[in-house]
Amino acid sequence: MTSVASSQTTVVDVCAYDRLTPDLGAAALVGDVQVALFRLPDGSVHALGNVCPFSGAAVMSRGITGTRGEVPTVASPVYKQVFSLLDGRCLDPMGMEPRPGRGQDLPVYPVRVNDGRVAIELVDGE
Amino acid sequence: MTEHVVVVGGGMVAHRFVEALRARDTEGAYAVTVLAEEPRAPYDRVGLSAFFSGTAPEDLALGDPALWEDPLVALRLGDPATGLDRDARTVTTASGDAVGYDHLVLATGSYAWVPPLPGADLPGVFVYRTVEDVVALREWVQERAASLDRPVRGAVVGGGLLGLEAAGALTSLDVATTVVEFAPRLMALQVDEGGGQALRRIIEGLGVDVRTGAASEAVEPADDGTVGGLRLTGDDDPLPVDVVVVATGVRPRDELAAPAGLAVGPRGGVLVDEGCRTPDERVYAVGEVACIEGRCLGLVAPGYTMAEIAVDRLLGGDATFPGADLSTKLKLLGVDVASFGDAFATSPGALEIVHSDPVSGTYKKLVLSDDARVLLGGILVGDASSYASLRPMVGAELGDDPGLWLVPEGAGARPQTELPDAAQVCSCNGVSAGTIRASVVEDGCHDLPAVKACTRAGTSCGSCVPLVKKLMSVEMAKAGLTVSSAMCEHFAMARAELFNAVMVSGLRRWSEIVERFGTGRGCDICKPAVASILATLYNEHVLAEDRAALQDTNDRVMANMQKDGTYSVVPRVPGGEIRPEQLVLIGEVAQEFGLYTKITGGQRIDLFGARLEQLPAIWQRLVDGGLESGHAYGKALRTVKSCVGSSWCRYGVQDSVGMAVAMELRYRGLRSPHKLKLGVSGCARECAEARGKDVGLIATENGWNVYVGGNGGFTPRHAQLLVEDVDTESAVRIVDRYLMYYVRTADRLQRTAPWQEDHEGGLDRIREIVVDDALGIGADLDAQMARHVDSYEDEWAAVLRDPERLRQFSSFVNAPDTPDPTLAYVEERGQRRPATDEERAHGPVLIAPATLEVRS
Repeated sequence: MTSVASSQTTVVDVCAYDRLTPDLGAAALVGDVQVALFRLPDGSVHALGNVCPFSGAAVMSRGITGTRGEVPTVASPVYKQVFSLLDGRCLDPMGMEPRPGRGQDLPVYPVRVNDGRVAIELVDGE
Repeated sequence: MTEHVVVVGGGMVAHRFVEALRARDTEGAYAVTVLAEEPRAPYDRVGLSAFFSGTAPEDLALGDPALWEDPLVALRLGDPATGLDRDARTVTTASGDAVGYDHLVLATGSYAWVPPLPGADLPGVFVYRTVEDVVALREWVQERAASLDRPVRGAVVGGGLLGLEAAGALTSLDVATTVVEFAPRLMALQVDEGGGQALRRIIEGLGVDVRTGAASEAVEPADDGTVGGLRLTGDDDPLPVDVVVVATGVRPRDELAAPAGLAVGPRGGVLVDEGCRTPDERVYAVGEVACIEGRCLGLVAPGYTMAEIAVDRLLGGDATFPGADLSTKLKLLGVDVASFGDAFATSPGALEIVHSDPVSGTYKKLVLSDDARVLLGGILVGDASSYASLRPMVGAELGDDPGLWLVPEGAGARPQTELPDAAQVCSCNGVSAGTIRASVVEDGCHDLPAVKACTRAGTSCGSCVPLVKKLMSVEMAKAGLTVSSAMCEHFAMARAELFNAVMVSGLRRWSEIVERFGTGRGCDICKPAVASILATLYNEHVLAEDRAALQDTNDRVMANMQKDGTYSVVPRVPGGEIRPEQLVLIGEVAQEFGLYTKITGGQRIDLFGARLEQLPAIWQRLVDGGLESGHAYGKALRTVKSCVGSSWCRYGVQDSVGMAVAMELRYRGLRSPHKLKLGVSGCARECAEARGKDVGLIATENGWNVYVGGNGGFTPRHAQLLVEDVDTESAVRIVDRYLMYYVRTADRLQRTAPWQEDHEGGLDRIREIVVDDALGIGADLDAQMARHVDSYEDEWAAVLRDPERLRQFSSFVNAPDTPDPTLAYVEERGQRRPATDEERAHGPVLIAPATLEVRS
């Protein structure tokens, strides 16, 4: 695992770009943080928190991707809430409240794709 | 403080009273005790004749049975009230109990009135009122049929509504039936001379003899002391009969009233005011026992109205009886008869338009105001399809040419007239057109189930449902809403249309299908639907081509996701038959991987708590031992449940296990709009509960009865009979076609019961299509099922052979074997379960999943 220190963030190498299948999410373990990675058909890669706020299960990487209007999305496989892959916002809470102590949105992590490798940026302390 | 309401009587109106009171008394101000004479909870007495077409008495039960579990409701069956003491405010019951009340509701209904007819007490004479009556009637006829060496002969005394119901029952039992009516025509209370003649022609055409203007004098015994004949005044010889049903009307059960000092009407019935109250303000009478506006009303709709009024009054309201609507629409012996409004044209100056067609056997009459513009009433015999649109128009203008309303529905000439808001659409529940419109416009009900739930229209007899649907559609169109069948924002078509589009286009890749027929990049609704369609059409692996990303997580990993993100694994156990060594293997796998085990409702074993990365190793052990995927995760065939059948059971008449195994192996892996469950019972005792399944086979001496459309779940339904007494080969072909036709045409997530209901023409039409091949698609359906059977492969084994697909089963892309660190379990009854938030926070024992494994 390569770590490059900068002033506020740490960049963590995760996997080869080719290891990600378009539209099929994958989970990554970055220190203590579980991240859900999504490679889309346009080539972009998005990284969100892997823990579903409505069930507490670490399963977001196993959700179905899609679009709402122009916004790329992923649906939680547990209770089907839909989240934006761009900013992690919950677009449809399906009439449910998130688990106690959680907000309804997912954290997003900046992704870097270089030399066929995927790395994500964590703010220090995360 | 909770006050106690005692309801005397356990019929339909009593049920409505309790249902309405519990729905409206949200404070819990009243507790209710129902004293019922009959041994069963309130049932649909109007639908009693359905018993003779195979409906079980328990299927006639009214409403949600949960009503009787309500802590504020007590239902005492088989303990009728025998006395009333208004000073002490107690009701005594047959069992000798004295039940105190704060408020009393008399809902005792009526009894079948038998005229003073000598011989009416002979064995073989019946009335037609309760489930017990019809059960006894059927037993008698079946017993006579078995002992006599000729067809059973029967007579019905009374040619009114009940008499014709009884005649229909006898006819369905193959009894040669004569209807004897004292009045000069049949159904004299509902139809006029012309209608009576039309009715008579139709009924005689069905093989029923009709004697009108005939007086029954005596029932005469045969040599064995049972019914032998019915003597009619003026006839030389009695009518030779083996069974007599007396259906000469009903009388109110008002016997509690007079001894308690409550006044009764001149022809019986407890006198009440327009609020359904007797002079004793604590005592109400509702339904057939009430004498309201000077008469007793023998129809259920005004009874329901009275029940609602009594509830309203108890809750402090001031509802009053709006006057009785005596409109009726019935199907008697398969003949439509309807009568509404001023059917006999008694209004001053009323005009009649009559259309009588002896060829088609229809008689239709409209009664109009003296200017021939306003509809006052009408009679329809033979074809009552316009009843639902005409009855609410009573009091409204019919337009310039009212006669056009008499042409058959669908002929196109029918004038487009708007129903006034005040017009009553659902007379069972008193719902007006305005209420239905408001539910669409103001309450946002945009489909039929929503409108029904919101207004209760169409939830009782259902005859107004087409009209409710039409009102809803018109109102939605006005609001610029379409009754959308679009699956989601990406596909404007419903699943059935998309199925055809995909089938005809031959496209097999998601990207091509969404580009051709949809927009955007899909979602969690349309993607699994397309995956299911492709699976049905081509039966390729769930992860083939670009399909993995279309599947719900369950299909994508071929296991069932549980609340903590782990999965459960269910190997197939066809028909519930399993060899001991396979049972041992399943146990060993559960032990090795530390899985929680539970027997499922479908006669197999569920192994819980498997992590994503453990699934291939678990499958490998199961597949090596000869087991395969049970598709417990798919919208697909789940199980075929069976009883042990003729191989072991003393009562079994067919090999139900063998049949269930064959069916399960035939249909395994079949993807469908919703999950599919089948059942096979080896005899009529039905131990496999096959009528609770989408397809149920029940063995007969000669083969199988095939039932379809049974569902459990949120809205349980009993399956309906599709075909009777077919051999195994025919049963399999019919089930092939039924399943494939359902898979092709049902909507997304639509189970078989609602699919059957929504299908145009209902089950009868489906029978024509899958049994009689009315659409000529039988061979096509057969071929598609044959392709499915031939191309089946075990999905688990296929993944195990494919290293590329196996890579998807890693926990983390950068740490493929590291378990999800958030998982935590506690022990319960010797097994593990996911820890709750509280247990995680303060937890006594948290077991990390790794420590549970025997395997490292």
